[in-house]
Amino acid sequence: MSTAPAADAAVSPASEPSFYGGSSRAGIASWLLTTDHKRIGILYLVAMVTFFMVGVTIGALMRIEHLTMGPTIMKATTYNAMFTVHGVIMIFLFVIPGLPAVFGNFLLPIMIGAKDVAFPRLNLLSWYLYMSGAAIAVGALFTGGGPPDTGWTFYVPYSVKTGTNVTMAVFGAFVLGFASILTGLNFITTIHRMRAKGMSWMRMPLFPWSLYATAWVQVLATPILGITLLLVILERVFHLGIFDPAIGGDPILYQHLFWTYSHPAVYIMILPAMGAISEIIPTFAHRTIFGYKAIVFSSMAIAGLGSLVWAHHMFTSGMSEFAIVVFSLLTFLVSIPSAIKVFNWVATLYKGSVELRPPMLFALAFIFLFSIGGLTGLFQGALAVNVHVHDTYFIVGHFHYVMFGGTGFAFFAALHYWYPKMFGRMYNERTAIVAFVHLFVGFNMLYFTFLVLGLEGMPRRYYDHLPQFHSGHIHATIGSWILVAGLLIMFANLLRGLFRKAEVPANPWGGVTLEWTVPSPPPVENFDVLPVITEPPYTFNHPAKEPAA
Amino acid sequence: MSSTTAHEADSPHVVGYATFIKVWLALVVLTGALVGLSSAHNPNLALLGLLIITPTKASLVLFYFMHLKYEKAGLKYMVTTALAVLVIFIFLTFSDYLFR
Amino acid sequence: MSESAEPHTGDPIGEHVTEHAGEHRDYVGAKLGMWIFVFTELILFGGLFVAYGMYRSMHPHEFHHASGELNVTLGVINTLILLTSSLTMVLSIVAIRLQRKGQSIAFLAATMVLGCAFLVNKFFEWSAKIHHGLYPGSEHLMARPPGERLFFGLYYGMTGLHGLHVTVGVVVMSIMMALLVRDKIRHDDFIKLENTGLYWHLVDIIWIFLLPLFYLAA
Repeated sequence: MSTAPAADAAVSPASEPSFYGGSSRAGIASWLLTTDHKRIGILYLVAMVTFFMVGVTIGALMRIEHLTMGPTIMKATTYNAMFTVHGVIMIFLFVIPGLPAVFGNFLLPIMIGAKDVAFPRLNLLSWYLYMSGAAIAVGALFTGGGPPDTGWTFYVPYSVKTGTNVTMAVFGAFVLGFASILTGLNFITTIHRMRAKGMSWMRMPLFPWSLYATAWVQVLATPILGITLLLVILERVFHLGIFDPAIGGDPILYQHLFWTYSHPAVYIMILPAMGAISEIIPTFAHRTIFGYKAIVFSSMAIAGLGSLVWAHHMFTSGMSEFAIVVFSLLTFLVSIPSAIKVFNWVATLYKGSVELRPPMLFALAFIFLFSIGGLTGLFQGALAVNVHVHDTYFIVGHFHYVMFGGTGFAFFAALHYWYPKMFGRMYNERTAIVAFVHLFVGFNMLYFTFLVLGLEGMPRRYYDHLPQFHSGHIHATIGSWILVAGLLIMFANLLRGLFRKAEVPANPWGGVTLEWTVPSPPPVENFDVLPVITEPPYTFNHPAKEPAA
Repeated sequence: MSSTTAHEADSPHVVGYATFIKVWLALVVLTGALVGLSSAHNPNLALLGLLIITPTKASLVLFYFMHLKYEKAGLKYMVTTALAVLVIFIFLTFSDYLFR
Repeated sequence: MSESAEPHTGDPIGEHVTEHAGEHRDYVGAKLGMWIFVFTELILFGGLFVAYGMYRSMHPHEFHHASGELNVTLGVINTLILLTSSLTMVLSIVAIRLQRKGQSIAFLAATMVLGCAFLVNKFFEWSAKIHHGLYPGSEHLMARPPGERLFFGLYYGMTGLHGLHVTVGVVVMSIMMALLVRDKIRHDDFIKLENTGLYWHLVDIIWIFLLPLFYLAA
């Protein structure tokens, strides 16, 4: 990048106010009516962290239920509602919007040298759809037949028959899907149309690339969920009868349609996470990413191939063996581009000048945790293994490793990395490391135990367990307490940092992408003068860019 | 000035009424052919109608009415991708149903 | 704030962001956004086509038989209505680009009228079916073989969702009509009308597939 300044030296110029102050409106209207992508990113952040903590609380309560055999703090039916709502909140309100909603919105335009996204008002609409969908989903907890108890997967026939408020919950997810689609649409157009002069596709940094791949999945996969959920509502309300076996309908068709979205959804979750890691590792290794092109092509390959593997969630459902073989093969294939990325990140560390600051610690943890998650996923892709581990805690361990250890930790990494840019302040790095240690230890204590419990035969979505699983559950629950402690320390630290007085420079970490060339926090228009790009991304050996040691 | 240049640069000529009317005529004729084939009480002919005539009609709307013929290659690739994704969804789901 | 036009290098879609009356306009970007939305609609209906495909392969005879209950004439008339409305829609856009505002308004009005005619036909068609007891959950339908019940479930689902899209299309067109009359849509700024056209043509394409799948399957 030709316009990167020397790190550390520049302080926010007094000429332009930051985007926090630069609005024509006052007070809350300046937030609720904003079309500034940076404010919208912050709006998402506040909402999502809130929902995340609610989801964590439910998860913690589920763990306490398993502290004793038999009912501990809730009935069996309550537990069913708990794991359903935990899944719905975590997946639809936190992990899927995830990094794109917060960091994509805040950083994409800046990282490609633009003033905003292609459709700023549509961007605000996305946020309102997100909040509406969330409100509807929360409303389902307290109205009608009460919170759904079907699991977040809403399988028929139970989801059509149960008296709980599936209709409303599912409608909430439908609305949330729209938010996701519109964000994807916005990002695709932004990346195609608004890159700075000289920023060819192969000069675009990897986080925007990951957002691009993700956006295509959002746009092409989410509508299938829309229609599937709509059919569930139509069947519940109008007895349309598409999935009803009594009239020749096929419940497995529901699973096909559901997973045709919900598997690509996990790539919506992980691709931007990988993109953030691809930004953080070069910065803290102080050298260029290894294999930029390979990572670009892998991202697109994951998006493409990942849309073809959905029925590996259905190996034991009763579908044809031929289909099982087809999907098993495709599942093995999709692991390849992910592995390429892991190799490239690790290779980037080689002969780098590695600095173990908090974002880097979270990023390294990501690589470790995602690898475990990815490998356990690969095991499940083999039918012979799948038959034994399907619907056990092995699966639960697997997806928490990828969704929480993967996307979750990448979210925390991104939060610690871009925090100075977004808020113009810095958190306490030592406390961040303390939080990190709690998180890492607690996480593995909880979820590695799940992998073991699953292999031993502990089924998922059961409120109770047999004696042979008891010590494992206690171990896991204690791990969950350490994990929660880590979360509380982390969020408290980040919150406290907002109130510190010291301002931060434009480039506290010595990064070389465009966001580090603008003040922290950025002004409303991002750039005084739109940059012109003349170099590939991640060019570190430029003398002007080396941070003051 | 520059705003008209923008539109002209992307599609330098405005396609006139005549082309669209001809496309419409073709669509009507094809619809008639489709109905004819389907009424012939021959399931193979009916299938032919479904698999050939219907996509042809859709293509005419896509290329002419939706202007895709005159758009740049990138947009054509995107349309192809979206259609391919749908076709693949259908085919992969059939891998279950046709082999039960 | 206003930035001079910045060409976008290396972009296969197109160039030229422009300034018009101080507002930042990107004709190609707006069109691209609409096309992406069209893709999402395609996949939305696509899910229903998946369901249709699977169930037809499972119950070919019952689908064939149930299709005989539908009124082919009405289906074909509705097809011709929509095809013609697609023509008038595109002619409306051509007209405004050639600065023939009067014709543009007339063609857009014709499109709206044809859209409404489609909906009226659909209303009569559905009323007749419901009157005969052929609707989801009815005793009459429940007495039929499973494949036929699935056929009608899909029929109401797909034509219903399609009809909803036609309705929305007509509403959007009425808004475009207001803009056209007030010169907010002009020969040098017609992207809103063009995007409305893209939406409408997709609705037409969906019906092009619904016709043989439901009405001509007998």
